[in-house]
Amino acid sequence: MAYAELAESEEIHEPKSFITRYIWSQDHKVIAVQYSLTAIFVGLIALVLSGLMRMQIGFPGSLEFMDASTYYQAMTMHGMIMVIYLLTALFLGGFGNYLIPLMVGARDMVFPYVNMLSYWFYLLSVIVLIASFFAPGGPTGAGWTLYPPQAITQGTPGADWGIILMLVSLAIFIVAATMGGLNYVTTVLQARTHGMTLFRMPLTVWGIFIATILALLAFPALFVSAVMMMFDRLLGTSFFMPAIISLGQPLDHEGGSPILFQHLFWFFGHPEVYIVALPAFGLVSDLISTHARKNIFGYRMMVWAIIAIGGLSFVVWAHHMYVSGMNPYFGFFFATTTLIIAVPTALKVYNWVLTLWRGNIHLTVPMLFALAFILTFLVGGLTGLFLGNVIIDVPLSDTYFVVAHFHMVMGVAPILVVFGSIYHWYPKITGRMMNETLGQIHFWITFLGTYAIYFPMHYLGFLGMPRRYYAYEDYEFIPQSAHDLNAFITVAALVVGVSQVLFLFNLFWSLKHGKKSGGNPWRANSLEWLTPDTPPAHGNWGARLPVVHRWAYDYSVPGIEQDFLPQTCTEEELTQLKLSRTAMDSASSPESNPEGGA
Amino acid sequence: MAMNTGLEPALSDSGGWKQLSGDWRGDKEAFKGVPWGKAMMWIFLLSDTFIFSCFLVGYMSVRMTTTDPWPVPSEVFALTIAGESIPLILIAIMTFILISSSGTMAMAVNFGYRRDRRKTAALMVMTALFGASFVGMQAFEWSKLIEEGVRPWGNPMGAAQFGASFFMITGFHGLHVSIGVIYLLIVAFKVARGDYERKGNYQIVEIAGLYWHFVDLVWVFIFAFFYLW
Repeated sequence: MAYAELAESEEIHEPKSFITRYIWSQDHKVIAVQYSLTAIFVGLIALVLSGLMRMQIGFPGSLEFMDASTYYQAMTMHGMIMVIYLLTALFLGGFGNYLIPLMVGARDMVFPYVNMLSYWFYLLSVIVLIASFFAPGGPTGAGWTLYPPQAITQGTPGADWGIILMLVSLAIFIVAATMGGLNYVTTVLQARTHGMTLFRMPLTVWGIFIATILALLAFPALFVSAVMMMFDRLLGTSFFMPAIISLGQPLDHEGGSPILFQHLFWFFGHPEVYIVALPAFGLVSDLISTHARKNIFGYRMMVWAIIAIGGLSFVVWAHHMYVSGMNPYFGFFFATTTLIIAVPTALKVYNWVLTLWRGNIHLTVPMLFALAFILTFLVGGLTGLFLGNVIIDVPLSDTYFVVAHFHMVMGVAPILVVFGSIYHWYPKITGRMMNETLGQIHFWITFLGTYAIYFPMHYLGFLGMPRRYYAYEDYEFIPQSAHDLNAFITVAALVVGVSQVLFLFNLFWSLKHGKKSGGNPWRANSLEWLTPDTPPAHGNWGARLPVVHRWAYDYSVPGIEQDFLPQTCTEEELTQLKLSRTAMDSASSPESNPEGGA
Repeated sequence: MAMNTGLEPALSDSGGWKQLSGDWRGDKEAFKGVPWGKAMMWIFLLSDTFIFSCFLVGYMSVRMTTTDPWPVPSEVFALTIAGESIPLILIAIMTFILISSSGTMAMAVNFGYRRDRRKTAALMVMTALFGASFVGMQAFEWSKLIEEGVRPWGNPMGAAQFGASFFMITGFHGLHVSIGVIYLLIVAFKVARGDYERKGNYQIVEIAGLYWHFVDLVWVFIFAFFYLW
């Protein structure tokens, strides 16, 4: 018996006590909220850290406690938290958990107990990560890439405890991500409802599904490199440590391969970019289609593009290593694969734009964020073409151009989707709408602010301003104008950072005071909007699972009154809708039919 | 359950590629008739394959970068039995035992299909015992090497990475075997107690078997790349 039949034959055991309902919950919706709140919490820490760093760059010496070590620690933790503990956890653990079972019509994830454990391991990894702030010597300051030998050599901030806690935390996170990821993939493959074929799934599910597969295959490389570096640090092995003289003393290491770490790290690190980007692609496709009241353009091509990007993401990793000293012929290969990956990515951008074309665009807050994503992703993607080529990457390597590029393409762009998606799905999660005015203000400050921050950085990069420097005052090649620009960027960054309070306020205020939303406020098609209760009850669907008859993108179907057809709408119901429209038209105005009759 | 969901009729009797594509185009399940637990175990093993691959690639990589000579495995892993030094004898026995345990596991799965409670449980316990003896011999091998001065950070025979890779890879594999032994014993106990009679199927035996065969298969690669090379 397939999952769908089993789910209907078994009774739903609703948890009764407060603790099993909201704390040790095995319900995917509760776990999703737990994941999201934890991720947003650590994300706020990383946001504060970025503000502190910008103060040092824009107004050097303005913060008394900000010395070189603190700066590097802030930079490292900012990067690591944003990429892994915020974005990965939020997209897979948050949106993946909430949306996969609802969108494919399942009662829950297939293995709810392991799904629950996934969250608790994630929380543990976050606690270990935060503990490193309080460890002797502070958190690691090795840069988020943690390159050895310097990551574990004395003299690097946090080389005593910080790096150990960082590696332990990563290992725990990977265990958590694996336990969750197994659930997401298996649920998509084996637990869909009646009529839900793979090619009827919303693109959100496709994006998260492929991203999770990437996570399951890419995180092992990070896990292995974390274990090996931990051994180098704790047991004195020499996996990544060559013979090295530090502070005049030869270290007890020899014969290791620092570049092996870089390969392992980026074998994880590049798919990681798409672990973050693919869910964003999926979510934004659904936002655009729903709010433009038009079917997504080229659905099948969108799916195949997601799969192609996912596959290609495993053969491009060394484009992060053009200046590492690896064999130059590798550069040729990896530049080629990198440019090939631009093809399916560009295809997706074209399809989003073509979805908008002649659509009935509603400029709601989620839609604004979705549109902003397209623009931002386009900018970040185009600079990626520059950096993908060896000959341009070498001079631009480790400059602010790189900082601007990856913040645009995998920092700001996915975060815009996160915001848009929260505004979009909040009514389903809580039963209330978020405040529209506050959302608009939040959007415009965030969107314009990020451009104020990152556009000038491209220019600074061309000037040759290196990244990861603690102080830029005493370099002749950096002109005064660059310092002024840095001050400007800092002001913009602080404004954007502070404006996120609007979002947080909105998030919690709307919980009680938001307008009641009803079950389907956006008049959307996919299954999560068709649950009998809002917010959905335990088990999601009542006694019977929904039966799917069509894809999720039947918006503005000609010949019917309503402009959307839910996935559960049968052909007979569609015929009825068409008949009633014809009857209504001929009854109301027989001579002046604006659309020329059905 | 017959339900009109606008899908083409099932292609199940046409066989071959058509059937494969039909399965993937169909609703509910991508792998028809496969319980989710089994699918999940396969996906986990795929992920775990990447972990072991990374370990082995890392080992090969440092073996190339180290400047000291690599110790000769057949000498390091030789045992002196009755005055004669026999290369790799312990590893050969360990490998034989682990592969035998795959045989008993396969038989357990077979008897699981026949719903023979007693034989299934007995064969699973036997598999677990084989596994435990493998771990025991590994512990013996470790202590012997440690006695000879092999440490993760160095050894008297040559490159320091030899000991580091050895302890890391066999340790990680031994951890897998140990977890497998515990897993098998739990499942065997539940089989013997009759838990799966009520549920009506023995699929968990097969799922545990998948894991066990995987651990064996990984050992074959470790044996080839670490001991024979």
